[in-house]
Amino acid sequence: MFEPIDSAESELSFFEKLWQINWVVVLLLCATAGVGFAMLYSAGNGSFDPWASRQIVRFGIGITMMLVIALVDLKFWFRYAYAIYLVALLLLAAVEFAGFGAMGAQRWINLGVIQLQPAEVMKITLVLALARYFHAANMIDLGRILYLIFPVLLVAGPTVLMIRQPDLGTAVMLAAAGGAVFFLAGVRLWMFGVALAALLAVVPVAWHFLHGYQKKRILTFLDPGSDPLGAGYHILQSKIALGSGALFGKGFLQGTQSRLNFLPEKQTDFIFTMLAEEFGLAGGLGLLGLYFLLLAYGVGISLRARCQFARLLGMGVTVTFFLYLFINIGMVMGLLPVVGVPLPMISYGGTAMLAVLIGFGLLLCVGVHRDTRIGRRGLTE
Amino acid sequence: MRSDSDRYKSFTRRTAAVAGFKIALLSVLGARMYQLQVVQADRYATLAEENRINLRLLPPPRGRILDRRGRLLAVNRQNYRVLMTVERADAAKDTLDALGRFIFIGDGDRKRVLREIGRKRSFVPVTVRENLDWNEVATIEVNAPDLPGVTIDVGRSRFYPGNELAAHVLGYVSAVSEEELNGDPLLELPGFKIGKSGVEKVYDGLLRGTAGTSQVEVNAIGRIIRELSRQDGEPGWDISLTLDLDLQTFAAERIADESAAVVVLDVQTGDVLAIVSTPSFDPNAFNSGISTADWNALVNNVRSPLTNKAIAGQYSPGSTFKMIVALAALENGVASPEQTAFCNGKYEFGDGTFHCWKRSGHGRVDMVDAIAESCDVFFYDLSRRVGIDRIAEMAGRFGLGHDLGIDLPGERPGLMPTKAWKLAVQGVAWQSGETLVAGIGQGFVLTTPLQLAVMTARMVNGGRAIVPRITRREPNAEGSAELGEAEMSIGVSDAHLRLVRRGMDDVVNGPTGTARGVRVEGEALAFGGKTGTAQVRRISERERQIGVRKNEDIPWRTRDHALFVGYAPLAEPRYAIAVVVEHGGVGSAVAAPIARDILLEVQRLDPARSAPQPLALVR
Repeated sequence: MFEPIDSAESELSFFEKLWQINWVVVLLLCATAGVGFAMLYSAGNGSFDPWASRQIVRFGIGITMMLVIALVDLKFWFRYAYAIYLVALLLLAAVEFAGFGAMGAQRWINLGVIQLQPAEVMKITLVLALARYFHAANMIDLGRILYLIFPVLLVAGPTVLMIRQPDLGTAVMLAAAGGAVFFLAGVRLWMFGVALAALLAVVPVAWHFLHGYQKKRILTFLDPGSDPLGAGYHILQSKIALGSGALFGKGFLQGTQSRLNFLPEKQTDFIFTMLAEEFGLAGGLGLLGLYFLLLAYGVGISLRARCQFARLLGMGVTVTFFLYLFINIGMVMGLLPVVGVPLPMISYGGTAMLAVLIGFGLLLCVGVHRDTRIGRRGLTE
Repeated sequence: MRSDSDRYKSFTRRTAAVAGFKIALLSVLGARMYQLQVVQADRYATLAEENRINLRLLPPPRGRILDRRGRLLAVNRQNYRVLMTVERADAAKDTLDALGRFIFIGDGDRKRVLREIGRKRSFVPVTVRENLDWNEVATIEVNAPDLPGVTIDVGRSRFYPGNELAAHVLGYVSAVSEEELNGDPLLELPGFKIGKSGVEKVYDGLLRGTAGTSQVEVNAIGRIIRELSRQDGEPGWDISLTLDLDLQTFAAERIADESAAVVVLDVQTGDVLAIVSTPSFDPNAFNSGISTADWNALVNNVRSPLTNKAIAGQYSPGSTFKMIVALAALENGVASPEQTAFCNGKYEFGDGTFHCWKRSGHGRVDMVDAIAESCDVFFYDLSRRVGIDRIAEMAGRFGLGHDLGIDLPGERPGLMPTKAWKLAVQGVAWQSGETLVAGIGQGFVLTTPLQLAVMTARMVNGGRAIVPRITRREPNAEGSAELGEAEMSIGVSDAHLRLVRRGMDDVVNGPTGTARGVRVEGEALAFGGKTGTAQVRRISERERQIGVRKNEDIPWRTRDHALFVGYAPLAEPRYAIAVVVEHGGVGSAVAAPIARDILLEVQRLDPARSAPQPLALVR
């Protein structure tokens, strides 16, 4: 089958590309980040220091990076998808085994201004690699188990590394995002049944290979009640802060629970609680609305793309973004166990924001290059 | 291309499914938010307030206790404590070592401090030592740079400047015991102390005041962020006593070596001017927690220093009771003022012989002589004719045999036997011979020194039923009704009272009086009274024959009590006194000199005529 690369859109000039960027999405991202700055300003007790100011700088860097990524030709990302994935995987393995950071407690790589956690980057690159792989899949391939061994390995590699840490939040996100791309690519539904069964079979075996402290951490993760002064306490305080915010909140800078440090990690994982305490249900739903619009645009952009790689990439990013916010908000409201997943665009932290912006860069890139066609066998033809 | 379009269709379907799934999950988030922030908002709002608001009690300063002239008997002293806050100390142990170079820190304190540091939150100060003196405070302040986290704090602790003086009246304060908790949160405050005896106990409610409250906002680790509201409490009332500090001091020193009790009353008002019980104890010792050894020493002391003998010691009144018998006889018409009797040293009654203390006898005596010389035979005869019930009735009018209701804890009623009493309590009929024994103040009759003082006061103030009191009351305040009652007559004729008083005058000033040896020359300061010697055990017939009666020959515990009741001045009595020296021997020799000295002092000080203090209770 011959599918010539459409030469027309590759001739888009820089300015035409700039014009093609979905500026509404950029605007929505800025708005969301703005909410984040306000909350970090509040978390700093009405001060830009120590959090809000640094976050603004990072956002500046991140949004620039996102626009650059968006303008890069989609084929570039297609071509180097596996390479990028490999680099990220190696970095992940490096911090895991070589033990970057003090005592292995800080698993990030210092890039000067921004300290990068390979785990966050992995979430995006995994989607990229999977999209690249499933781009070539036809309906018959998708019914063959052998065909799926490679993408399963793509998902399993980083996931296993994360379980070993154990960083179950990231592991779950990787697995879920990977699974979503499988699903979107058209993998047969019965395969998911098989995968689930296989997973259930593997768990007891894997359990044996874990150290005692690892088992304990996993158990605490699954049942926060077993650690009432740790995770359980955090969730109770979070619910108190959230609930006491009521309909319209206590007002900006007036959240007593956050202000008096009853709320743990208010600038990072529990920042949504602070928002909901100070701005109430209205504020919480408002932020959910912003997220919903971003997700809707993500879906829209993905649907309009001409090639499967772009579609899968776009939807993969959207799903990842959704997983971030759903796990985080579900956690602070006591619906999900406590895991270290930040609230995208709001939580203090460079890597998460960068990962999300890189993701949106790819999504925007998909939008800019919506008419780009890439042959099923790739760019070689 | 066909498969491509299939793939696109599949992608679109599945994208729709994923989007739908996301919308569903977002709805779950929204619903949960609604549940927490709308449905359960009130509950969480309450929890949030409980989280951050802490109610703290502000203990009120305890009221002071003053004497009748406003001199301080119980005060709150500043208590300098050295505290350590580990939050700022580099290392608790090092700081403690450094501190130990400047002030003494016992091993026990050291261990306790390290233990408390382990338990408490790091910003909560731990008390290292209390009651520092000025030198220690100064040393620590000067060396503050070398002692990170060490601070000096000023608290309040109860202090009795007179130490042992009036300890029985003032009482003491001590930590609240488990049984005393009554739901008042003030009592649960660490270090809070309440009155455990004396005035501190009786007027604890007034002295305590009411606690203020302070609502503070605290953060997650309990540190106070700010005060939200403050409601100041009311400090405790000052309580002003009827005691005269100088007289109290004088009396206490006068009987310091004895196991004794002295009560001095104003016969017109019932004011207790001095009330001493020896040996005493130091109430300051209870404040900081008394050691077990010290406590056992107090409890096991045979002279019972913790008992207020003036109100809780019950003694046979001995011959001081004879005036009651005389008045009972006179008032009931059993004897006339001219009544005489012949004393040959003994009195035959029934199958028994009742001896007079003077074996040779007094010869013919009238009532005044009988009192002056304390003739037993005269009163054997008189009491036999009056009968025990009428004696008891008269004793009651003078305040004997029942509580006088003084505002001190632990008052005991004494005992004034009647026929009915004996039948009820002992189940045996009253023996006539027992009336004779009671007639000279022995046997069943028991009185307290306070009762004897009140008896004397009522005898010399024209028969007015004054009530003893230890706290001063405002004349126009609620207490005035009580004052009216206090002025009520006890219904004994003035002539009879004067007759008895002549006898008491002669005890000291008459030519044959038993206390003639202690008389005061000169009209101005002369006093009257009555001696008494109370047997602690029966004298056996054998002992009587061989003549073992000297107190020095028998153990202290079984020696006689020496008593004296007196009044002064002679012409217009203003002060009454009762002295009881436990196992002191003969009243005239032991108790009378004490009474004389104290009566001279009270007349010199003349507290009754000093300018009255404006208020009984002062803020």
